[in-house]
Amino acid sequence: MATGTEPDLKSTGGVRGPARASIAAPHLRTDRWWLPPAATAAGLLAFVVYSSWRAFSDADYYAAPYVSPFYSPCLAESCAPMKAGPNWELVGSWWPLSPALIILIFPLGFRLTCYYYRKAYYRGFWASPPACAVAEPHRTYSGETRFPLILQNLHRYFFYAAMLVAVVLSWDTILAFRDEHYDWGHMGLGTLVFLVNIVLIWAYTLSCHSCRHIVGGKLKHFSKHPVRYRMWQWVGRLNDRHMLLAWASLVSVAVADLYVYLVASGVFDDPRFF
Amino acid sequence: MTTTSEPAASTSYTGHFRVWRGDTQGGELADFEVEVNEGEVVLDIIHRLQATQAPDLAVRWNCKAGKCGSCSAEVNGRPRLLCMTRMSVFTREETITVTPLRAFPVVRDLVTDVSFNYTKAREVPSFVPPPGVAPGEYRMMQEDVDRPQEFRKCIECFLCQDTCHVVRDHEENKGAFAGPRFLMRVAELDMHPLDAAADTGLDRKTTAQDEHGLGYCNITKCCTEVCPEGIRITDNALIPLKERAADRKYDPLVWLGNKIRRRGEQ
Amino acid sequence: MSQVERQQWDVVVIGAGGAGLRAAIEAREQGLRTAVICKSLFGKAHTVMAEGGIAASMGNVNDGDNWQVHFRDTLRGGKFLNQWRMAELHAQEAPDRVWELETWGALFDRTGDGRISQRNFGGHEYPRLAHVGDRTGLELIRTLQQKVVSLQQEDATELGDHEGRLKVFQECTVTRVIKEPGDGGRVAGVFGYDRESGRFFVLEAPSVVIATGGIGKSFKVTSNSWEYTGDGHALALLAGAPLLNMEFVQFHPTGMVWPPSVKGILVTESVRGDGGVLRNSEGKRFMFDYIPDVFKEKYAQSEDEGDRWYEDPDNNRRPPELLPRDEVARAINAEVKAGRGSPHGGVFLDVSTRMSADVIRRRLPSMYHQFKELADVDITAEAMEVGPTCHYVMGGIAVDSDTAAAVAVPGLYAAGEVAGGMHGSNRLGGNSLSDLLVFGRRAGLHAARYAAGLERRPVLDEEAIDAAAAEALRPFSAEGPAPGEEDGRPPENPYTLHQELQQSMNDLVGIIRRDGEMRQALQRLVELRQRARRAGVEGHRQFNPGWHLALDLRNMLLVSECIARSALERTESRGGHTREDFPVMDRSWRRANLVCRLADPAAARADLEDPEPVRGQIRLERVETEPIRPDLLALFEKEELVKYLAEEELYE
Repeated sequence: MATGTEPDLKSTGGVRGPARASIAAPHLRTDRWWLPPAATAAGLLAFVVYSSWRAFSDADYYAAPYVSPFYSPCLAESCAPMKAGPNWELVGSWWPLSPALIILIFPLGFRLTCYYYRKAYYRGFWASPPACAVAEPHRTYSGETRFPLILQNLHRYFFYAAMLVAVVLSWDTILAFRDEHYDWGHMGLGTLVFLVNIVLIWAYTLSCHSCRHIVGGKLKHFSKHPVRYRMWQWVGRLNDRHMLLAWASLVSVAVADLYVYLVASGVFDDPRFF
Repeated sequence: MTTTSEPAASTSYTGHFRVWRGDTQGGELADFEVEVNEGEVVLDIIHRLQATQAPDLAVRWNCKAGKCGSCSAEVNGRPRLLCMTRMSVFTREETITVTPLRAFPVVRDLVTDVSFNYTKAREVPSFVPPPGVAPGEYRMMQEDVDRPQEFRKCIECFLCQDTCHVVRDHEENKGAFAGPRFLMRVAELDMHPLDAAADTGLDRKTTAQDEHGLGYCNITKCCTEVCPEGIRITDNALIPLKERAADRKYDPLVWLGNKIRRRGEQ
Repeated sequence: MSQVERQQWDVVVIGAGGAGLRAAIEAREQGLRTAVICKSLFGKAHTVMAEGGIAASMGNVNDGDNWQVHFRDTLRGGKFLNQWRMAELHAQEAPDRVWELETWGALFDRTGDGRISQRNFGGHEYPRLAHVGDRTGLELIRTLQQKVVSLQQEDATELGDHEGRLKVFQECTVTRVIKEPGDGGRVAGVFGYDRESGRFFVLEAPSVVIATGGIGKSFKVTSNSWEYTGDGHALALLAGAPLLNMEFVQFHPTGMVWPPSVKGILVTESVRGDGGVLRNSEGKRFMFDYIPDVFKEKYAQSEDEGDRWYEDPDNNRRPPELLPRDEVARAINAEVKAGRGSPHGGVFLDVSTRMSADVIRRRLPSMYHQFKELADVDITAEAMEVGPTCHYVMGGIAVDSDTAAAVAVPGLYAAGEVAGGMHGSNRLGGNSLSDLLVFGRRAGLHAARYAAGLERRPVLDEEAIDAAAAEALRPFSAEGPAPGEEDGRPPENPYTLHQELQQSMNDLVGIIRRDGEMRQALQRLVELRQRARRAGVEGHRQFNPGWHLALDLRNMLLVSECIARSALERTESRGGHTREDFPVMDRSWRRANLVCRLADPAAARADLEDPEPVRGQIRLERVETEPIRPDLLALFEKEELVKYLAEEELYE
């Protein structure tokens, strides 16, 4: 009857623990609760399979003037030469693998530690929890309190890196206003694909929770920082659509790569608008 | 109003209910056939069961308008307020299962022992008034109070605490983890424009992780999904709190900056 | 018997709403060991339902405001029946009580320069209500709750025990205030049961503060929660303290009538202020037929003129939908009785034909959501159905204005809605939350001082404890034969009795009262009281709602009789009391307070069978009030006073 009694910490077993209402079923949901996590898992899996194939293939990633976003910037000596393109041979000739693997670490790390994707794969792949109020299969749980998941706190550094990558991809998009002979002032279907992609990449990157925190969320008094308050509100509006942007940019980056692949491997020629 | 025309007979039907009945010794889902009228909510049906078939059926309730957060339970396996779950969202043939909150020890029927939450409330250090500011002299700007005001909409129904798998599925975490409601309380105080905890040596950003178990949260957003007040617990309280903790504990630039500033002040 | 758990405390507060918590905080800050008992979980009190705000003349929005203006508004609202000293203290102290909340962490909406924003409200001359959107009551409760926790944290540091000096006994019900043995004894403690386990307990304490709120659950249609069963009123009566002016019950004209689950829930007055019109089932704007002669000049006579008022209030008169609450409530009542009501027994309140959907969503967000979520009605597309709902009781325990001490029972205090006098015959919106804070604090303070000043702790009347236990257990053994009846008659279902009581009060002592109907109501109350003595329950004592209701019936029946008897006696219409047979305010009644006492305190020993149930339990007495202090009267114009005060008062 008093407001505070110590919780019983010894018993285990979650919803089927001894003190809880004795109900055998791990959950009583009647809706198709498994559908969202299954769809999420399938979508992420498809991207992982596709991107692994493309990243390891080390081929068909450049069709002037387009460079696949998976290979940009291209930091190894083995990279295909791209005129005015993102060729920076920071890593020497010793790098034996696909140059995509060097740079993909950063966007991958950004998405892996992203607050939305964390939710998506904790639910979809790790069933922790599979869905709300559906018992999870694990016996113990320590969340993000220890290694390795405590590293999720590094999200903001991947955010900084992802910003740099986005700058390079923006440059690539500008370069896409050339034709295959590197003459400026042209535009093809690929340019449009790149434009859409870079807008979504920026929108996703800037809608990041870390970004929201850095531009203004960390402040105690918005009233003393009107410009940052404005920026915080603006990022907040993007942040409302973080999940949508996460998926849209994931699809668009894959489509941009696929487009370059199709043109580079000669499946079709890039239709030119002008 | 002195007279009330009852709804036409055609709008009422017999609903199928399964309600968990029992206590700490055990219990089971009991089947009931009960009249349902147009416009009713699940709590109305529970009350009809009390008045007609099961007078000792235990349930908590109070305002019946989604403002007090008393009638928390689980309907078809989902944490809900009974007074805000309209019967019209179910089909007439459907069997509706009502159970107590499954994250807390049961007391009887639909009533659970929610003292976990009151214990956690006590573990969050209170608002620290700014020294030297007399009552009536508090000045705060609306844009500065907007954020904590959203969290103060909380009606303490504890549905977020119930649905959170950290404690729902792992009783042993109850000691270390405050739960979404009380991590949100920490965020509220840290965002309060006049809270002077820092002056007393209390850093809420650090203690959120060290003492209230913020690290257990894996931001799977079930708390936000169940919140009847529509508070964006994860996006506006928990993640910002994680970022604030990261400022303190995982950001070498901030750490260096603080070091230099402190050196400068000395 | 008497095998009940006992604990010793200095001050016991019954009720954990705004008044109860404020009293407890004060008593604890005076250094006394304080226990709070509440029927619900800590933090769920009905105070959370208050939307509008806390009235306090801080003058943040209009610096012309001060306590004198607030006092004047309060007295006008109460039709000069207020206990004027209470109204004075209330107006003077409300700003301090609000500011104090900020130091405990409350976050009110702000003005442009960072002060507490204040909003306009009916009857208040200036913008005066400190508010947080439309959830001010929640903010108040949460702030007080968190202050309690804060004090408990201090105690934990100092004493190693959170509950060493301030403890909340949640989900417990008090059924009796226990006094010292003998007549006219002092308060010695309370008897109650833990709802969860059903176990009885006694808290010994020289001071008891009653802060249990209102009585709305005696009426069928009410905005009040289940807790509002008049417990505190009944506890005081049974302990020998009188109740004051119980006939004044405020009915709000617009409550939801559909769906059944939310029947009675408030539809805020601003719906009408922003252009909502009332129509009957024939589509007629009937309010034009109900403008009383005294208001004829101030209100529009045609729909066109009323419509123009929203745009151009200077050159047009306001529409009759904005008549005072009691007029609107009466009109709706009459339309429904005449068979022109809506399908669910109300009338239509429509904003959809007069404002665009966007404007409605922007200006009435909470109403839009309330109807959308609770009734599945889109108020931007269709009309709401509304009808009067029982909202607040102005009457209550008679208290000393300064100390909140109940009359005639040393050690008993009362604050909040359960205390009478402050609001006179009608309460202004926003004055309730400030009342809780001002008099909650005063009750806690004086209860603490009284307890601290005693030389020896009072001794409990052991017989009374045994009797209270027997009384509480009776519903479990109700299966016997009724007195004078044949054997084997089944016990009464408490739910059925409750419904019949609510229906009777709603129909016969509701918003419009008539002599014959009230006599009929008193008859029905006699019958219900006899049957209630045989209210029986199944199951055991652990969290058994049927049992709880059976015990609450005693309180509702007592309070209902007080209301019916007082209402029958007061042969005038004033504020929250409307007599069809005496439709005007009578100046000679201004100084008259109606005081209810238990007719036969010995018979109230509830373990005994009622010797003469037909006689009724309440004795009514007419008491003349103290004259209003001249300097307070001087705040009013003479012409205004003439309307309210009797001849002899004017010349005093």
